[in-house]
Amino acid sequence: MSAFVGKYAEELIKTAKYIATPGKGILAADESTGTIGKRLASINVENIELNRQALRELLFTSPNALSCLSGVILFEETLYQKTSDGKPFVEVLEENGVVPGIKVDKGTVELAGTNGETTTQGFDSLGARCSQYYKAGARFAKWRAVLKIGPTEPSELSIQQNAQGLARYAIICQENGLVPIVEPEVLTDGPHDIKKCAAVTETVLAAVYKALNDHHVLLEGTLLKPNMVTPGSDSPKVAAEVIAEHTVTALRRTVPPAVPGIVFLSGGQSEEEATFNLNAMNKLEVLKPWTLSFSFGRALQQSTLKTWGGKKENIGKAQEAFLARAKANSEASLGNYTGGSGTGLASESLFVKGYKY
Amino acid sequence: MSAFKSKYQDELIANAAYIGTPGKGILAADESTGTIGKRLSSINVENVESNRRALRELLFTTPGALQYLSGVILFEETLYQSTAAGKPFVEVLKAGGVLPGIKVDKGTVELAGTNGETTTQGLDGLGQRCHKYYEAGARFAKWRAVLNIGPNEPSQLAINENANGLARYAVICQENGLVPIVEPEILVDGPHDIEKCAEVTERVLAAVYKALNDHHVLLEGTLLKPNMVTPGSEAKKVAPEVIAEHTVRALQRTVPAAVPAIVFLSGGQSEEEATLNLNAMNKLKGKKPWSLSFSFGRALQQSTLKAWAGKEENIPKAQAALLTRAKANSEATLGTYKGDATLAEGAAESLHVKDYKY
Repeated sequence: MSAFVGKYAEELIKTAKYIATPGKGILAADESTGTIGKRLASINVENIELNRQALRELLFTSPNALSCLSGVILFEETLYQKTSDGKPFVEVLEENGVVPGIKVDKGTVELAGTNGETTTQGFDSLGARCSQYYKAGARFAKWRAVLKIGPTEPSELSIQQNAQGLARYAIICQENGLVPIVEPEVLTDGPHDIKKCAAVTETVLAAVYKALNDHHVLLEGTLLKPNMVTPGSDSPKVAAEVIAEHTVTALRRTVPPAVPGIVFLSGGQSEEEATFNLNAMNKLEVLKPWTLSFSFGRALQQSTLKTWGGKKENIGKAQEAFLARAKANSEASLGNYTGGSGTGLASESLFVKGYKY
Repeated sequence: MSAFKSKYQDELIANAAYIGTPGKGILAADESTGTIGKRLSSINVENVESNRRALRELLFTTPGALQYLSGVILFEETLYQSTAAGKPFVEVLKAGGVLPGIKVDKGTVELAGTNGETTTQGLDGLGQRCHKYYEAGARFAKWRAVLNIGPNEPSQLAINENANGLARYAVICQENGLVPIVEPEILVDGPHDIEKCAEVTERVLAAVYKALNDHHVLLEGTLLKPNMVTPGSEAKKVAPEVIAEHTVRALQRTVPAAVPAIVFLSGGQSEEEATLNLNAMNKLKGKKPWSLSFSFGRALQQSTLKAWAGKEENIPKAQAALLTRAKANSEATLGTYKGDATLAEGAAESLHVKDYKY
């Protein structure tokens, strides 16, 4: 095979397929300590371990929410945390049919000589780290590569570096039993139209899959986490159906059928936007050989965060808000979402220009 | 879009989809004058224009056969030929719901510094030629790139050159209204096993689709003509189900869903082998977002040729042989072939010729 078939091959294929179960998706709860700090600050909550633990406990113990999820991405600290009753989060998830995942990249650094383009770091001892995470119960990983659209961006260098980085990360994960989520995010920032985003997304995805092939990655044991194809943030919005059409066309042109599932990132979209767009894609009547689902961070947690406000007495209501979004996205992954769930908070744009994770 | 917008866009998409109609496939009748000469001499027929014309007339006027075909690939000479009664072949085909296609490459040349590896020529003036062919009624084209498996082959150079050549050819075709059939043939010659063939096929196809993307080719307006994934010619044979599994898996790992159809070449397989393998692929459960069909030359014509032997009185017999193979392969595209096609003389005969030069 041109794919490397290591000792974990069958397990990887099984896990990837499970994560891609229709009607389920991923909660991206892997905000680094710095990033979660910004979220907590926005609701006037102190960024200490106790509060980070409380937030994640709120999410993972939301009644009935876990049935909408097939995976949760965790930050390293969270992988080893427990509920206030002393039950490891990993166990809470596993018992509810949710696969624990782990963010393994170490953020981006600028590529010298480019106009602020970046590559992602995290290779040092990555194999050993993955092996450790596997022992701690993780079964999939995530690594975020970032590209942007500009007059001369993304540059050939940026595309090559990020594609190569994703491929190296992916094979190292597979050597150590973790299903790699491959995330080549093309940022929405900019005045470009949807056609430009489509062209760039197709070019980037083609480079990514060529690199995965070069590095002998077993596609059946991977997932893709791409951006949806949308107009730039400074450009007029378009209907969900238009986004769906451009996105699915781009994926049909670049993502081999061997990939079991595609789990979109939400970028700066509001909770409701992201859900509507996902729904429109699943309603589209065209052949899609992979499932289309969600891997949302902000678009699943925004209203929950605001409703909680850091107060114990708000936990119940906050968990209801979380369940509402989880359920909405579960329906959207089946093309069954009819809209209107959640409060006005759900329509709030989450776009932050030049957002640094 | 990363694909360029041709004025023929809608037509290309419609024609490519039509060629992939389930139950239909392609007859590759594009043997160059030199190559058809070898076929004719094998049945002791002189290689003159009237005989070449007669053979093609025999094929295209076979009663009931055209319904199993969505396309026929022609050599340039044939594109301008007519039946004995004076009806242009192109019209005969169109009337039968068959799209005429045209071979546009000009054969292979060796890559210096390699161990006999090749690249394909034919890009010079290709745009104008395609335009002419479109005017003459052609609606798709074919270009054959060749790679082989060896200790050091295919080399990165051979892969890059051939992938790039296919991509340049493809976009030039689309600029001129012809659906390009993309054919990266990996020869079966050699002692390697099926796993090796799978590995090479995946690597080659990945390079081809990267090149097509780089060159802004509209995938929805293309077809792929790959080799099946099989053991080498000097290795032990395996069951059709094994070939089907390895082939479909290789395609799942490399061919985007936007490609409407995959039309296999038969290489040196016998008529019956090729049909059984195609059938097994269509019976296989799994994700197949493209239709899987045939673009056979020898594997459709072998018994027909032998039955004809150049004699007018044999035409009905010869046409019956073609009809049999066409019907069998049509069923194979639906996974319903029962292996019961009356095996005419030669149907089970291997058509492998070591180091075959087209």
